[in-house]
Amino acid sequence: MLGLNKKDTSLLIVVAILALAAPFLLNPFPTNSAMAQFNAGYPDLMQRFVIFGIFAIGFNILFGLTGYLSFGHAAFLGVGSYAAVWMFKLLSYNVVPAIALSVVVAGIFSVLIGYVSLRRSGIYFSILTLAFAQMSFALAYSVLSNPKFNLTNGETGLQVYADDPQILHRDGLPDVPHLFGWAMRDNFLELKLGGWEFTFNNGYYLCALIMLVVFYLSIRLFRSPFGLMLRAVKSNQNRLNYTGLNPKPYTLAAFIISGMYAGLAGGLLAAMDPLAGAERMQWTASGEVVLMTILGGAGTLIGPVLGAGFIKYFENIFSKINDNVLHQWFAFMPDGMEDFMVFIVHPFVGKGWHLTLGILFMLVVTFLPGGLVEGGQRLLNVIRNRGRKPADPKDPEHHPKETPHVAE
Amino acid sequence: MTKFTPTRRGVLKTGVAAGAGLALPTIFTSSAHAVTNEPTGSSVTLGFNVPQTGPYADEGADELRAYELAVEHLNGGGDGGMLNTFSSKVLDGTGIMGKKVEYVTGDTQTKSDAARASAKSMIEKDGAIMITGGSSSGVAIAVQGLCQEAGVIFMAGLTHSNDTTGKDRKANGFRHFFNGYMSGAALAPVLKNLYGDDRKAYHLTADYTWGWTQQESIAAATEALGWETVNNVLTPLASTDFSSYIAPVLNSGADVLVLNHYGGNMVNSLTNAVQFGLREKEVNGKNFEIVVPLFSRLMARGAGENIKNIVGSTNWHWSLQDEGSKAFVKSFGEKYGFPPSQAAHTCYVQTLLYADAVTRAGSFAPCDVAAALEGFEFDGLGNGKTLYRAEDHQCFKDVLVVKGKENPQSEFDLLEVVEVTPAAQVTYPPNHPMFGGDEASLGECNNGA
Repeated sequence: MLGLNKKDTSLLIVVAILALAAPFLLNPFPTNSAMAQFNAGYPDLMQRFVIFGIFAIGFNILFGLTGYLSFGHAAFLGVGSYAAVWMFKLLSYNVVPAIALSVVVAGIFSVLIGYVSLRRSGIYFSILTLAFAQMSFALAYSVLSNPKFNLTNGETGLQVYADDPQILHRDGLPDVPHLFGWAMRDNFLELKLGGWEFTFNNGYYLCALIMLVVFYLSIRLFRSPFGLMLRAVKSNQNRLNYTGLNPKPYTLAAFIISGMYAGLAGGLLAAMDPLAGAERMQWTASGEVVLMTILGGAGTLIGPVLGAGFIKYFENIFSKINDNVLHQWFAFMPDGMEDFMVFIVHPFVGKGWHLTLGILFMLVVTFLPGGLVEGGQRLLNVIRNRGRKPADPKDPEHHPKETPHVAE
Repeated sequence: MTKFTPTRRGVLKTGVAAGAGLALPTIFTSSAHAVTNEPTGSSVTLGFNVPQTGPYADEGADELRAYELAVEHLNGGGDGGMLNTFSSKVLDGTGIMGKKVEYVTGDTQTKSDAARASAKSMIEKDGAIMITGGSSSGVAIAVQGLCQEAGVIFMAGLTHSNDTTGKDRKANGFRHFFNGYMSGAALAPVLKNLYGDDRKAYHLTADYTWGWTQQESIAAATEALGWETVNNVLTPLASTDFSSYIAPVLNSGADVLVLNHYGGNMVNSLTNAVQFGLREKEVNGKNFEIVVPLFSRLMARGAGENIKNIVGSTNWHWSLQDEGSKAFVKSFGEKYGFPPSQAAHTCYVQTLLYADAVTRAGSFAPCDVAAALEGFEFDGLGNGKTLYRAEDHQCFKDVLVVKGKENPQSEFDLLEVVEVTPAAQVTYPPNHPMFGGDEASLGECNNGA
């Protein structure tokens, strides 16, 4: 279907079902139960899941295929956001021109940065991209925001004001980002089933549909001759040079495509919440997408999306567990025991969520170098092989022969 | 890959369709709505969005303590604190309009993005009817904008920039704390008495909305005295070392250093300035002086010895002897073992003011609450007679000018009040040029979806 082989089609369908049914899947606990704390099915977080999924899919096109590790991808995300908010300020709150411009601007920006950075590879490439991103951050944070010339509005973040021109804005259109009058922040359906509440948000579904489209594009890209070429760059660039091929246009193209993905993600972020802050470009934000990709599984199709969801979940859910909540959880214990448990758990939740994430990241990288995707595959293998009689545990074609056990 | 061959007709068709789409008026209309997160059960949820990490983490921690105390008092726990001294008597310790007050917390990280994400999750997930907190004006302005769009009330915490109730004022946002203009107006006469009217000032300014407006205000106020502003250097909010900014001060010919810094920033820049021996210097035949326009006890504690005799302004100080302050210091001290900071005070007061406004309005709808707060005059909350001005949602009250104590009696007794500047002296018209001029407007209040 759609030029995909059977396996990829089923992957796309699975992702589509997951994305479209997310409001159900992410709200497994009834609203009034103690576990509701872990529900993630509210619009803001769901939007973040898919938007950062798009960001990570794009990053994976560069990192997963060519092996070039960019430490400055957040710059494109930030540029996309600023472009989108400027469209809101100048044209109208309609998200279509905003998102389109954010992709274009991020594309132009990545041509400039990519052209310079790709002159080097390996660690030098990473450092160059990091330097560019930090420069962009400094520009956005202070240089381009002063009372006389205010392009980015610095620390406060770029916002839309009532006295902005908005030349295409008409009465009757909502005063928030919208798609032809369909406000992004509104919910088109709020379902109450028993104790459960499910929210279907306009903005989320727009993001989810765009995510599916770009996910499909990324599958096509992975399976195309172009994708094969990028893999060749990763496996051995020297050999590619010797065969008479110039890898530079390929890597630059991959860099630009991935920059445009990041710009799209930035534009969507601004479309969901019309504010662009400079922190979006900081190196921590760039590092985050590297973490997402590695955590999920670099070079795999679905991995980056999983990684993005994983990290955003921790950031938004674990960081909100405060001592008050902990005391409620452990209220059934005797007093001393309760305080003790709160004392133990406290450093890992609330503002300590980074610690929990760090530990999990360490575990994943150590035991599942292929990321969450590898974990899933192993689990699947275990399930498939269970019940089936192991044919012959010893691999007959194993060479050289296994070393005998020391006791033999 | 499949080959994409556009035909002339195909391109035309797509173009027409796209044009028609863009030109189309509203296809989807949003349905009529009630109030966002209107509490229907037996409890009401407030969102406390404070910095738990970053340069203002100390202030954030103290704000959270104050909020917990306020919730306890609203629900009838503890000794009632300022409920007993508040001039409005509608709060009776049964929560807000009979609904028990519950709360959720979040970390703003002193970043606009993170603060908005955290506030959004409070509104969307936890059903918060009011958001309050913050210890940075950048964050306050960003979150205030969000609350305006979402249709909930925002009760600003510690935010001192003119912009919060100036050019960025919003109908759903309210500020109890004072601002940069008030600091300048209150400090100027005191500075004149202490240091004379012929001074050269060098400004170091935190590079964001608060720093800019604070610097603008204090420079205008001191220039009116006859002072000269030698230079103004902007420093990034995330800086932790200011040595490279201090060194040029020595050669600038300035004899006053104005530190438009707050929180951890100010502690570091003041420490650097003292290490460079600025305070022992004599320039132009006068002692070199350092001024910190916005002061707090937490900063004084962080800066230690260096704070002695340094002049600044503050919104409130625990050593005030009015009934409201005494009641608040007592219940805060009994719960936590030390006196509250000005950040804690403003957050506590804001929570009470919100609860009171809801009760007086008899409704949780933001527009009704806003109407109840606008033009509200009250007393007994520690600052004397106070007015919530309707035009810009800014509180007008006395401003304290303080200085670092020479001989502190305890680790909390670090500041002494030099002068209480009456509210009339710091009042300005709502369309003052530093506050956005005539263009600034609150907009329409929003009851939300």
